[in-house]
Amino acid sequence: MSTKIFVILFATTALVLLTVVMFFPQSETQADEFTEQDLARWQEEFMSVVNKGRELWVSPDLGTNGVACAQCHPNAANTHPETYPKFQQQLGKVIALRDMINWCLINPLEGKKLALDDPRMVAIEAYVTYERRGVPLEPGKH
Amino acid sequence: MTHSCLTRRDFMKGAAALGALPVSMVELTFADARENFTFAYISDAHIQYISGNKFVRNWDRGLIRAVAETNLLNPKPDFVVFGGDLAQLGMKEELDHGAEMLSKLDYKTYCVMGEHDYYLDLGKYWSKLYGPHYYSWDHKGVHFVTLNSILTYDDWTHERWPTAMQRMIEMAGLDNPNGSPFMVGEEQRKWLAKDLAKVSKDTPIVLFSHSPIQKIYKGWNFWTEDAEEVQALLQPFTTATVVYGHVHQIQYNQIGNLSFNAVMATAWPWPYPQSYAQAESFLPKLTVPMNRADPFFERDATGWQLIDVHSGRVALHYKLYNNADRTVAFNPATGRPEDRTYQAAENRISPQLHY
Repeated sequence: MSTKIFVILFATTALVLLTVVMFFPQSETQADEFTEQDLARWQEEFMSVVNKGRELWVSPDLGTNGVACAQCHPNAANTHPETYPKFQQQLGKVIALRDMINWCLINPLEGKKLALDDPRMVAIEAYVTYERRGVPLEPGKH
Repeated sequence: MTHSCLTRRDFMKGAAALGALPVSMVELTFADARENFTFAYISDAHIQYISGNKFVRNWDRGLIRAVAETNLLNPKPDFVVFGGDLAQLGMKEELDHGAEMLSKLDYKTYCVMGEHDYYLDLGKYWSKLYGPHYYSWDHKGVHFVTLNSILTYDDWTHERWPTAMQRMIEMAGLDNPNGSPFMVGEEQRKWLAKDLAKVSKDTPIVLFSHSPIQKIYKGWNFWTEDAEEVQALLQPFTTATVVYGHVHQIQYNQIGNLSFNAVMATAWPWPYPQSYAQAESFLPKLTVPMNRADPFFERDATGWQLIDVHSGRVALHYKLYNNADRTVAFNPATGRPEDRTYQAAENRISPQLHY
């Protein structure tokens, strides 16, 4: 008995929903509509992380010896983010840009590596790629 | 006026065990072979203090190696020039530690002021070690001049920053938008004009500065604000050369009668400005870049130079630790400095492409 009532209720609800969907114009139901304000806010959010990355890039406190990324890589130059992932011949395997960032943290900066999902790692990657904007992707390039 | 760094006859033990010499030696050459001579050029050591008695090992090793190898030169160079940026943040600890390493050189040593030596105390402690910030001397028929080319606007130096260390840090960041362009300044330009007035126009002039006395990329201060005015003082001479540090890479150029040659750093290499995608750079077309550095060899793309002087023209022999050596020499046939191996487009190799 209760099953029958449930089926009737379900069918009625579905019918009502279908009517509603057909009645309203399609554009109002799209989930990916966004406005200029949305774009501005998202860019602002992105740039706040880029700016955090820049702060880390010039920070003497990221490693243990006071050396900062920017000492060898002004404006993140000569980091080639567009070429990763690539076969890093010195390591004998294909790695991502973040692996190379960690290599630098451990070696020239004499520090500890960051977890790959550490917000600081995301910020550093955001800064490095932002400085390289406009350059076509060329994964694997040497 | 002549002044020299502290020198001490103290050969480094075990130096003879070192392998191939990463020497960038400068040779000045003359028509009369008796007047040819050489000197060595070491630059941009960036000795960096951590705490207690600890310094950044990587930069220490660069300077120690350059000094040890310079002492092994045979025949002996007539003198050594240190091209500036002995310290990273101008601290007494850094200058003392660097000076101790430089004091092991067996040769008379002339020092150039770098911005990393200057902006903490405006060169006071550096002067205690090395004397005046600018001076000239004569050697075997060549007139040598050293300038302090890393000065900047008075307002930036004296009014802008709450502390001396803040000022130092702001100038130390190569890509820091709060920095300020380098300049020689009016006082030194007047002094230089007076100094050069005593010298006949056919006397070869070799000028040492830390920053390039030319304009390459302002964003990283590969730049001297009053470059043209200094160049104008040198152009009347038939043979004049500027040798500069700061850029941590091979560069060379010819503007009128004036040749330009940059030297390597012992600390770390810098990218060429064209590898910064957002920048406009005026790297001289003549320059064939050095190979892209391999970070896994920490001394790669660092080194020093042996300079030979022939007819008042310089030839720089770059001895590169993990790379084929290079020679950039004045070519009398074309009237400009050229790389002896890689100048022709078909001779260039892949790592010389910077992107």
